[in-house]
Amino acid sequence: MNEKQSKWKVFTNGIIKENPVLRLVLGCCSALAVTTTVSGALGMGLSMTFVLLGSNIVISALRKVIPGKVHLPCYIVIIATFVTVVEMVLHAYMPDLFKTLGVFLSLIVVNCIILGRAEMFACKNTVIDSALDGLGMGVGYILVMFLMSSIREIIASGTWLGIQLIPDSVEKMTVMGSAPGGFFVFGCLMALCIWIENKLNKPIERKMCGDCPGCGHADAACSQGKDGKGGTEA
Amino acid sequence: MSSGVATFATIFFSMILVNNYVLVQFLGICPFLGVSKKLDSSVGMGLAVIAVMFIATAVTFPLQMFLLDKEGLAYMQTIIFILVIAVLVQLIEITLKRYIPALYKSLGVYLPLITTNCCVLGVTILAVQNYSADMAAYGFGFAYAEALICSVGAGVGFLVAMLLFCGVRQRVENADPPESFKGLPITLVSAAITSLSFMGFGGLVENIIGALM
Repeated sequence: MNEKQSKWKVFTNGIIKENPVLRLVLGCCSALAVTTTVSGALGMGLSMTFVLLGSNIVISALRKVIPGKVHLPCYIVIIATFVTVVEMVLHAYMPDLFKTLGVFLSLIVVNCIILGRAEMFACKNTVIDSALDGLGMGVGYILVMFLMSSIREIIASGTWLGIQLIPDSVEKMTVMGSAPGGFFVFGCLMALCIWIENKLNKPIERKMCGDCPGCGHADAACSQGKDGKGGTEA
Repeated sequence: MSSGVATFATIFFSMILVNNYVLVQFLGICPFLGVSKKLDSSVGMGLAVIAVMFIATAVTFPLQMFLLDKEGLAYMQTIIFILVIAVLVQLIEITLKRYIPALYKSLGVYLPLITTNCCVLGVTILAVQNYSADMAAYGFGFAYAEALICSVGAGVGFLVAMLLFCGVRQRVENADPPESFKGLPITLVSAAITSLSFMGFGGLVENIIGALM
């Protein structure tokens, strides 16, 4: 029973407690760029979840084999392989979605969520835990993408998943569909998230690029463990 | 010849103003939000990004044209490009450390962040997408020059966005927003306003250069 609970905790961790976009502030580029339509955002979210799941499983399976000094290139190759698989599948079976996502599909490789989870979680935990963590993070990412894209699509073009909600006679705020709207909606969502945190009396400190351990710095968790300084690895 | 110069100038200035990578195309948001707190660090990061983008495009563009496309390996683009960028960043880091330690001290801390900066991989992929078709029409030299100018323009655009936003941010720090907007949310909203101002540049560059030439 206890075992089951902890597995469930690992899975739900990514959805609320460590939501990748709103609480860890990782992978903002794609969250801002492809949330103009709900269908694009869902496609991106599913692709991301697949890559996250695959790379977390492989990286945690190989965590004792990959030398600490070259862990970053190794991770990148593993992640890039999964991204290429997604690219080829989408190109073959969903050419419209492939076109909508454009360059951001390839850019999943450098998305901080995936490298961040590899550095922070997969390199220190078992395969099953890492798979659950990848799934949880993916679901958390999809939920935020879904929320953001719903707001933006409804306000900017009056449709939701292609279904007309606001009649044509009403003037739409097209700016929500372009770059400034993305920043604005993201900022407001994050403010809402902080407001809820304050109401629940559980504020957290958000780390920003430069001081998050995701990017494979020399002092990242993994390389420390491997070099025997951190000692997190048995 | 003047049409060539006009093309190059159009690419350069539209990469800075109209298609600004950070504020219009959403590439490289993480370093934009994370490093733009202080003026000197934004300059350092911006310069390092310009250098890495230029060198990465200089290597990946011919690689795509003469190796991947010729051998039918175009599907390997993502893997090859990210590996090339990772290796290049490492090489630049080692070279700077060994030969120009002063520069390494000021820029070195930003180099590891650049491998995973999506604007570097983005510029190499977009350069191939946009300019590889020109190779058949105008020859490799012209297409290569276009790609290189695009990469420098994108880097300068990144630097400009960082500098402008650094100024905006220092004003925002002193403001007093509602409690839940403090920190990142108000930063994002001010980024939205900065980005809104860049929308005003749409169509500007083509028209000015068209009028000059």
